[in-house]
Amino acid sequence: MSEPAPVLALVEVSKAFGAVRALTGVSLELRAGEVHALAGENGAGKSTLVKTFAGVHRPDSGRILLDGEPVVFHGPADAQHAGIAVIYQEPTLFPDLSVAENIFMGRQPRAALGRIDRRTMHARAAELFARLGVTLDPRRPARGLSIADQQVVEIAKAISRDAKVQIMDEPTAALTAQETARLFTVVRALREHGCALLFISHRLEEIFELCQRVTTLRDGRLVASEPVAGLTADDLVNRMVGRELDLYPKQDVAPGEVVLRVSRLTREGAFADVSFEVRRGEIVALAGLVGAGRTEVARAVFGIDRPDAGEVVVDGRRLRPASPIAAMAAGLALVPEDRRQQGLIMEMSIERNLGLTRLRALRRGPFISRALERAHARDWAVRFQLKYGRTDDAAGVLSGGNQQKLVLAKWLSTEPAVLIVDEPTRGIDVGTKAEVHRLLSELAAQGLAVLMISSDLPEVLAMADRILVMHEGRLTAELPGGEATEESVMTAATGRRGKDAA
Amino acid sequence: MTALTTAPSARAKAGRERSLLDLVLRARELSILGVLVVLVAVTAAINPGFLSAQGVEDIFLNASILALLAIGQTFVVITRNIDLSVGSVVGLVAFVTGDLVSAQGGSMTLAILAGLAIGGACGLVNGLLVSLCGVPALVVTLGTLYVIQGLDHFVAHGRQINAADVPQALLDLGSGNVLGVPYLPMIAVLVMLAVGYYLRSYPSGREFYAIGSSPEAARLAGVPIRRRVLTAYVVSGLLAGAGGVLWLARFGTVIADNAHGWELKVVSAVVVGGVAIVGGVGTVYGAALGALLLTTIGSVLVVLKVNSFWQDALIGALLLLAISVDRLLALRMTRILRRRNARHAT
Repeated sequence: MSEPAPVLALVEVSKAFGAVRALTGVSLELRAGEVHALAGENGAGKSTLVKTFAGVHRPDSGRILLDGEPVVFHGPADAQHAGIAVIYQEPTLFPDLSVAENIFMGRQPRAALGRIDRRTMHARAAELFARLGVTLDPRRPARGLSIADQQVVEIAKAISRDAKVQIMDEPTAALTAQETARLFTVVRALREHGCALLFISHRLEEIFELCQRVTTLRDGRLVASEPVAGLTADDLVNRMVGRELDLYPKQDVAPGEVVLRVSRLTREGAFADVSFEVRRGEIVALAGLVGAGRTEVARAVFGIDRPDAGEVVVDGRRLRPASPIAAMAAGLALVPEDRRQQGLIMEMSIERNLGLTRLRALRRGPFISRALERAHARDWAVRFQLKYGRTDDAAGVLSGGNQQKLVLAKWLSTEPAVLIVDEPTRGIDVGTKAEVHRLLSELAAQGLAVLMISSDLPEVLAMADRILVMHEGRLTAELPGGEATEESVMTAATGRRGKDAA
Repeated sequence: MTALTTAPSARAKAGRERSLLDLVLRARELSILGVLVVLVAVTAAINPGFLSAQGVEDIFLNASILALLAIGQTFVVITRNIDLSVGSVVGLVAFVTGDLVSAQGGSMTLAILAGLAIGGACGLVNGLLVSLCGVPALVVTLGTLYVIQGLDHFVAHGRQINAADVPQALLDLGSGNVLGVPYLPMIAVLVMLAVGYYLRSYPSGREFYAIGSSPEAARLAGVPIRRRVLTAYVVSGLLAGAGGVLWLARFGTVIADNAHGWELKVVSAVVVGGVAIVGGVGTVYGAALGALLLTTIGSVLVVLKVNSFWQDALIGALLLLAISVDRLLALRMTRILRRRNARHAT
């Protein structure tokens, strides 16, 4: 009476990136005719797990079983040949090729002599779009598609593969309610066809609506794998959050006067007519989907990109546009999203990285003093409880969380009036995450104005005094921190106000 | 009800936009043709001798080898790489095959096979270094440019191949014709049509564009990136080898320094022809037209008795113009597409 072997399974899989352990001994079984949900907070290891199935990452230890037999995927092509189709969280399309070519790359319908049958290809693409309930011209290039349409193309690509395993990493994140409903119809049809599906969504109601089993990850470890029936949303949240760590130690602060005022800021093609202000002592979150234009706003405010219209006022004085130097002089600091590429110079030592924003202050005569630099680094390392070997170690050897603390220290050492942080806790472990939150909260209590861009909804809800939501380049909502819910933020972020009243 | 009323207008709109898209995509080939026609018309008006049968034939003969190299270069550039070694390969092949046939009284077939073999081998080395070792193409092919040049000088040792020693059959290939159409342009056009058709109509051909358009997406889509990049370099090498043999056939007299500096001319022709230097966009038709345009400009300057040092400056200006136009078109295109999204959004 044993069940048939799972179509695809992970057995005791571990994967680490440098010092960060993304997955530790995780097992997961996908069965034919079943939609399996994968739940967990950001950074729990969901995307790493998806990429392991997809052949993008190879596990450090553990096995992948296909129909009960161990397999090794050397690359995405291997996984595809094994019948695994993947929708990645972030769409990866060929901007210069047509939408139809994007869907059928490598599997184009053929005419005589092995030529591509373009007419059939376009017809099949149109058919897929009809099935998904969207109107997209298969002939247009993928360049310039909105995030939602890009996601639709990714979905069409995956379901056109007739794969026996479908893996969907947050396919609904950018979709409207109608498109989501269509996708669910398609997913159910695939399931009845005997397909095995892995479905990831941060919207719990979608998991309950669509899935039969749910596996929960926390900090890269398996928490539970169980049938959805009989579970409640609270059960699931408990499994995801688990420990009673105070992840969001937010102090209440009475906001002071306005420090940063952004009015009608516009950069064509990125964002339009963005106005907001941030007060002393306040943490203002900028929420929205990936690609909504949040990072672009931060870059324009800090003077990296030149805005086409609008102005930025700091402490009552208008900021010279497109000049990071002017922004720094006015008391702005920006902790960028990508700390490896933009936040730190990975090959450079910890002390040098820390000194970069303070080069003038670290001079003795015309030259930079190594001694001052080192003392400065030691001082900040202690303040931030940085875990490091020596201050002249390269920044690259630090763990992700400590790197993030280093970037924060680098900018806070300029004693800014306004701190802009872009995804401050992406990809760092829960312990450090709590530390970063405590730090931001303390700084705000001391009168710093904080603008926090974050895709981590629980973080936004718990840390922010006010929440600004962006959708496709525009501010669509401003919600007081106390009253906002995941629902209200997501509704504004997907631009489906009033649509899903039912 | 709504479906009835919206469907036809939507279709009409899609059709209009499609023709607009097509126009923008073909704009490059059309605009080069336009520039060519204007250039030739103006020059012919000033100096009617320019359009003599001999003058026209010379332009096509001169453009053929450049066009062949540009076709090979297109292959490489659309995968977001570059091949700077082609000029040196032409020089080496021209000399070595010349040496081979003059010393042993060898045949035309031998020369062609040897040329293709040498060119293919050079392409293979470039391709392996770029695709397997992951060394940036610019550095790899800059290195092989000098190595192959050095090899050429070593083999030549200051000697020269004389036309008198080259088999007549080979020289005929360079200057002969069939039904009044010279061989050289015919070869270039046939290669262009074959390669153009392959790149457009075959799944593996589209993969070259995919790699250049987004290497990351290509990897996730399971495109065999290494194999395709390797193929692109081998094709470029083979065509450079063919170019070397044709060089020998056309000029007969060959020294070690032949085709010196041609790599930049080839890259210019490709870029002027609308192949994006960042990959993913462009056709061999455009590249071949670019080669024809650059060659024509050279001839026009001679006919108009303009000092020859202006030629390089003019080609440089053309290059800058081409890139500016590309950028402008791309921006417009993005804006058009984005506006269309806004209308679709409901």
